[in-house]
Amino acid sequence: MVDGLRAYRLIGAMWIRSTMAYRASFAMTTIANFAVTGLDFVAILLMFSRIDVLGGWPLPEVAFLYGLSCVAFGLADLAIGSMERLGQRVRDGTLDTLLVRPAPVLAQVAADRFALRRLGRITQGALVLGYALGTVDIAWTPLKVLLMPVIVLSGAGIFCAVFVAGAAFQFVAQDASEVQNAFTYGGTTMLQYPPTVFGKELVRGVTFLLPLSFVNWLPAAYLLGRPVPLGLPRWVAFVSPLVAVACCALSGLAWRAGLRSYRSTGS
Amino acid sequence: MDNDLVDSDCTDTDFIELDHVEKVFDVRKKTGFLRRERRQVRAVDGISFTVARGEMVGYIGPNGAGKSTTIKMLTGILTPSGGRLRVAGIDPSRERTRLAHRIGVVFGQRTTLWWDLPLIDSYKLMHRMYRIPDARYRENLDRCVELLELGELLDVPVRQLSLGQRMRGDIAAALLHDPEVLYLDEPTIGLDVISKAKVRGFLRELNAERGTTVLLTTHDLQDIEQLCSRVMVIDHGRLMYDGALAGLHEVGESERTLVVDLERETAPIDAAPARVVKVEGPRQWLAFPAGESAAALVARIAAEYPLVDLSVREPDIEAVIAKMYAGTGTGSGQAEKAAS
Amino acid sequence: MGSGRLYAAVAMGGFRRYATYRAATAAGVFTNTVFGLILVYTYLALWDQKPHLGGYDQAQAVTYVWLGQALLSTLAIGGSGVEVELMERIRTGDIAIDLYRPADLQLWWLAADLGRALFQLLGRGVIPFAFGALVFPVALPRDWGSWAAFTVAVLLGMAVSFGIRYLVALLTFWLMDGTGMTHMTMLAGFFCSGMVLPLNVFPGALGDVVRDLPWSALLQKPADVLLGEADPWSTFAFQGAWAVALLVAGRMVQSVATRRVVVQGG
Repeated sequence: MVDGLRAYRLIGAMWIRSTMAYRASFAMTTIANFAVTGLDFVAILLMFSRIDVLGGWPLPEVAFLYGLSCVAFGLADLAIGSMERLGQRVRDGTLDTLLVRPAPVLAQVAADRFALRRLGRITQGALVLGYALGTVDIAWTPLKVLLMPVIVLSGAGIFCAVFVAGAAFQFVAQDASEVQNAFTYGGTTMLQYPPTVFGKELVRGVTFLLPLSFVNWLPAAYLLGRPVPLGLPRWVAFVSPLVAVACCALSGLAWRAGLRSYRSTGS
Repeated sequence: MDNDLVDSDCTDTDFIELDHVEKVFDVRKKTGFLRRERRQVRAVDGISFTVARGEMVGYIGPNGAGKSTTIKMLTGILTPSGGRLRVAGIDPSRERTRLAHRIGVVFGQRTTLWWDLPLIDSYKLMHRMYRIPDARYRENLDRCVELLELGELLDVPVRQLSLGQRMRGDIAAALLHDPEVLYLDEPTIGLDVISKAKVRGFLRELNAERGTTVLLTTHDLQDIEQLCSRVMVIDHGRLMYDGALAGLHEVGESERTLVVDLERETAPIDAAPARVVKVEGPRQWLAFPAGESAAALVARIAAEYPLVDLSVREPDIEAVIAKMYAGTGTGSGQAEKAAS
Repeated sequence: MGSGRLYAAVAMGGFRRYATYRAATAAGVFTNTVFGLILVYTYLALWDQKPHLGGYDQAQAVTYVWLGQALLSTLAIGGSGVEVELMERIRTGDIAIDLYRPADLQLWWLAADLGRALFQLLGRGVIPFAFGALVFPVALPRDWGSWAAFTVAVLLGMAVSFGIRYLVALLTFWLMDGTGMTHMTMLAGFFCSGMVLPLNVFPGALGDVVRDLPWSALLQKPADVLLGEADPWSTFAFQGAWAVALLVAGRMVQSVATRRVVVQGG
């Protein structure tokens, strides 16, 4: 674990220096990252230019969901987003060069192509979250204030687990890397909208099967004093960290199984 | 490193030890639009050998023979399907990271250097990732820089290096942490003559001074000739030959070719055991057994014929191996341990 | 004579190249379906709140979503068509080899992109669309005329899409690093085509402007033809005008760029 974090830090630093070799391109891609990921919010603004509530939620509250989803996903994307390229490394055989290093492969793959341009998404999400916090009507208590950073970090943890599980899947199906986009990018897009918009089955699926709703829907319902989706009790808002830890543990197991299958079948 | 003390079951003579090692791949082949057939491929089919500490061994064979699968098992990248495998007393696939501190790997076609950064940055990363003590790192780096002539390249981004420069850079990167074994996969492929000579000279010196065990795969018989006292031939996942290079020539009845340019056209040169295989104006091609000395042959021809220029062509590995099979019939195991 | 056959062969090659990635295609189908689902629910909520928004009823809005998912990779709305390879060839200098081919550079790549688009339509577009049509209430025309008009509109959309991406790719001759450009094209493609939200929902002047930009020829116009919200002939005229303008502009930039290559000696 300590070895892993150390390797992650070392490799990440190398990638930052590498991207700084092309400063102009770095600036442009960071701005583009900010703008592209902000499009979703522009769409929401456009919708609200024609309506007052969506699924019963007004703009500030939707912005609150959006900000939480974006920042949590952005943190996960910044930390280990490049894992979605694992299939490529398996295909071209460069994964082998990581396997002869004295560091956990997971850490090396996670740090692969570490890109600060992904701060664009986080910045954009944080701005929207800031706007939401300024306009939304929350009866703040110390507990609620404390819950905020916990939600964001738990959400990032849940998305990290999805990235790791997706990468593990790519050991088996290298060409099918796009499947995980449905859960990562698709997941964060879905969470930008109120749960009341979606079919009950879908909400159930992303609560009990792939617990994405713990990223923002359930905690936000508590903070905003709205009915909790699926009639769940209010305390589920505090379960997010546990869910995140469980997800990470499960995806860690999936990663192990994936790596083992690679090492027993080869490329 | 306390590792060196713990591995009591590893002696100097069986530093690398393979005992009936197998690697079986499941291959799915498309046989129709949706139908797939599963088939087992034995990439490595029961290989046994030991390598003593400080040996330099060539590992050769046609493409797809199982060479790189063996190397991948030795480095812990792949897990064997059967048999026993130890490197420095360590089971590579179980203790991959512990082994990593003790081995160096150079993939000929795949650089591990950082493309957009100056060469020295890749070395600094190795320094920290392998936790090499500062003094040791400095010493090793200075030595590699001197012997591999990297001094002027350290501040150049890797993407601007030539293939030969990059290979030298990669070899240095694999050696900074004092590995006891160095695996090289096609270290001279694509290099020009001068770069090849530099790489070979360096490996010889490394082996002589540090006693580093070297295992290399190659398509270039000269690599073997100039570096390895021992050569192993693998094909279809089996060890076909293990012994000295001279022995391989004997078994394979391989021949070198002497290309002679004369002042004028003459009758075919008569210099047994060499025989003329082709004549084209004043140029003649003579084949002679690879075991024979070229110098003696050249001296004889120079004495009797108006010699202008000459060159010697080495037999290529594929040809040697092909002949070897033709000579030994089924070839399975007969040639094993022929010399050595 | 043979040149038509040549480009047909190039298009066929483009089709086949993409057809070899079966797993990737299946993965794409899955992802498009999931994104379609998410969008459908948000649109249903939106039209629930404001029936007849942008002149669509709910069934039309749902149909629009699945059309978008079907045409996303077909028209390479966010990029990732043959221009990726073209940019790479320009960057590495391999483009010089293409210039010696006895074929027109632009037509060659257009043919290859059409082959790609056709495969993406059949391989990636049909299934999500069929899924959407079966699971949700959609508004599809029952007469062959509307489908024929839609087909023409999609073909014209392909030409416009290629025209945009070809122009962008040629900029690599001057910029060398195309990453920033690629991102910008993606941004414009998603937003201005109506992929993010139908253009007829865009308010005021913003709506007026985006509806006249070339990107609206990719998704919004063909969708309106299929949904019976636009006159086919004036749509064709709009798309055709943009296609011609972009392809002519591409030719002009191409001749300037290739002169550069010839002068530099590749």
